[in-house]
Amino acid sequence: MEDHYQHLYEMLSQVEGYIYPNEIELQWGILIVLYPYLTGLVAGAFILASLERVFKIKVLGPTYQLALITALSFLIVAPFTLISHLGQPLRAYEIMITPNGTSAMAIFGFIYLWYLLAVLNLEIWLDYRRDFVIWAKEKKGFMRGVYKVLSLGTSDISPKAVKLDDRLGYIITVIGIPSAFLLHGYVGFIFGSIKANPWWSTVLMPVIFIFSAMVSGIALIMILYMVVSFLRKVKIDMACLDTIAKYLFYMLILDFTLESLDQVHRIYEAEESFDILNVLVNGRLNITLFIFQIFSGMIIPLIGIGAIQLFKVREQVRKIIYLLTGVMVLVGIFFMRWNVVIGGQLFSKGFHGFTNFKLGLVGSEGLFMAIMWMVLPFVILAFLLWLLPPWKKEEAA
Amino acid sequence: MPAQINRILLLFTAFIGLFLVVRHFLIPETFGQYGHYRGASLDDISSREMVFADKEDCFACHDDIMEILENEMHAGLSCLICHGPGREHVDDPQLGNINKESGREFCGRCHDIHPSRPLDVVNQVDIKTHHTEKTNCIECHNPHALWEGME
Repeated sequence: MEDHYQHLYEMLSQVEGYIYPNEIELQWGILIVLYPYLTGLVAGAFILASLERVFKIKVLGPTYQLALITALSFLIVAPFTLISHLGQPLRAYEIMITPNGTSAMAIFGFIYLWYLLAVLNLEIWLDYRRDFVIWAKEKKGFMRGVYKVLSLGTSDISPKAVKLDDRLGYIITVIGIPSAFLLHGYVGFIFGSIKANPWWSTVLMPVIFIFSAMVSGIALIMILYMVVSFLRKVKIDMACLDTIAKYLFYMLILDFTLESLDQVHRIYEAEESFDILNVLVNGRLNITLFIFQIFSGMIIPLIGIGAIQLFKVREQVRKIIYLLTGVMVLVGIFFMRWNVVIGGQLFSKGFHGFTNFKLGLVGSEGLFMAIMWMVLPFVILAFLLWLLPPWKKEEAA
Repeated sequence: MPAQINRILLLFTAFIGLFLVVRHFLIPETFGQYGHYRGASLDDISSREMVFADKEDCFACHDDIMEILENEMHAGLSCLICHGPGREHVDDPQLGNINKESGREFCGRCHDIHPSRPLDVVNQVDIKTHHTEKTNCIECHNPHALWEGME
């Protein structure tokens, strides 16, 4: 009991003003920040892939498979942040076997499965099926067996069969675009539908989440394409990179406009919650919102990539600008999620006080745990790029 | 049917079939007995040792307090807010096993002046200046009958 009081008094020392007892300690920490961040990267990467496939922007060809495999790597890890946050991995399946039909979170499990199995896995499989068959013939020993299993025992690589793969893959991508919107819009919906929280409760939340997802996903693929090309010591297709950057620029404008609209609307309405939100953004969220999210995550990249759209810039300089702005955008979107998730829990729902959030280093909700879940997708990506190398496809084609 | 469509359908059928089989074995027997939860969990919960007492438990003995409190400012509060969890006291009523604090600090937790505490909800005084010659609030205020003996 003594420890319990000790902990309570430590927590109370971080409180300012008048706040309800259940608001003192934040229930959602960095892992819940990471979760919309990871799903956003998935949705964004997939949308970039679909630009090539459905909207026929053929210049993006070199990043098509990379974007799909990246989406898969991040999607596999996304639920682990939730499972490790909840701390009951052995019970995690229960949400799937006895789902509560009126719970947004429970139905999300099925949307996730749909997107993972029926969209991403299928699209990748159909895209690689011909290669699986070829690689199964080329390789020997264990790897031969692996590719044989991956081809699911199909062996027909006649032009007719390959055309059918392509046709099916196209249909799945068409279904996949609304699915990707649904996946990430849903994450926004989970926050936007919490009516007791004025920082979250806005009908624009799903839309903002979708556009910020596209921004972060496109930025990630832009960086990954440069890094993978550098590691493989091949020349970067500048037409492709410039086009990715151009779409990043468009998405940044849309995202910036929407987020501004949300804030302007909030400021103009100036509801009863406005005063506390005003203190929140000018106080506790000051640095993460104005510096990381808006200034370095939005305005600087807009100026950087915008300048390239207007002026002729040397290739080497363009690459450096893309790399820097890409990283800034990724950091900016991370802090956008941070400001939503953490920011929404810092103020009292009675509008009379604040609590504080201290990020621990170790423990199940700590920084190291978050870093682990952030690094794991890249490990999976490296493995998948080794198993399903897009560049070997090109050679075979 | 082309081989690839065949394989996809086969795989999805197998997956859904496996899901249904696994689901059948994993759902607890008493699930859905009373509602969307495991029925047996009620027994699990009721078998836990109780710590908190209910207002009605308190009033079973302290019916005099119940009468005084009825029309008082503190009528809406639970006894436990000032007196602690209280189950131990209900099971074995002794003077020592219930919380009876009444110092300036204790009452000040709710009634000390605080700029962000709504004045229309909680009466507030500055405990640093309010009748500092007295050490204990209950010298003047009866927490069960707040205006008793006062102007």
